[in-house]
Amino acid sequence: MSLSFAILSGLTVGAAVAAMCWRNLVHSALCLAVSLVGLALVYLGLGAEFIGWVQILVYVGAVSILIVFAILLTRGAEAPPGRVTFAPWSGLIVALAVFITLAWTVTKSKALVGFAGNSSGDVSLAVKDVGGKLVTEYVLPLQVMGLLLTAALIGAVIIALHERKGRK
Amino acid sequence: MNPLHHYLLLSALLFSVGLAGALTRRHAILVLVGIELMLNAANLNFLAFWRFGPNPEALTGVMFVIFAIAVAAAEAAVGLALIISIYRHFRTSNVDEVNRLKG
Repeated sequence: MSLSFAILSGLTVGAAVAAMCWRNLVHSALCLAVSLVGLALVYLGLGAEFIGWVQILVYVGAVSILIVFAILLTRGAEAPPGRVTFAPWSGLIVALAVFITLAWTVTKSKALVGFAGNSSGDVSLAVKDVGGKLVTEYVLPLQVMGLLLTAALIGAVIIALHERKGRK
Repeated sequence: MNPLHHYLLLSALLFSVGLAGALTRRHAILVLVGIELMLNAANLNFLAFWRFGPNPEALTGVMFVIFAIAVAAAEAAVGLALIISIYRHFRTSNVDEVNRLKG
């Protein structure tokens, strides 16, 4: 394991744990942003430059800010009455069981042996290639995605406006 | 270059942290944050398998991650709108208190 990967994975997981444990919601949202930046750097290390920058633009730039605005609109930064649900141990046990199962599968699986061959080769991912694929081979999914984003935007506005309209 | 299973273990750890948060936290926004972490863990798996796969020139993993990020952004927008709407209706964002459908 290289040093940079160790630092980045430690940053990512540590910030994710902090985001899930912190009492103040704004701090949680900012820890989520740090975790997503760490993940974007892991993507850059994997050779997927475009995805790394998209991750920073979409997640760190948009989704984190959206979460901060939602906290603002729900006045959630005030201390909630309770930190966790009535039965936190069951959730933690389920998560631990999932992790143990996944880790056991990853370390013991024989299907992953075939994937080790390409580890040394240098993969160059040019943004030009990604754009070319998007407008030729994947043009229909791209259009559907645009439709989905438009529908989600309109739906989000309608859902968030509904109550106020009914109260008039 | 790190072996594939390091990335998969990081992804599994991130998924478990997100799952634990989504299952144990009371605030609806933090549940959504946990779900975002789980989605990102899945994206990391896609990219790791793309990078170590037999033909990375096909860019299938990258394309899947692009569309997954777009869907996740739409999901976050609609989810946060729902949380704001629920907060206006019930005056709370505690998921334990929104139990009107409970039998």
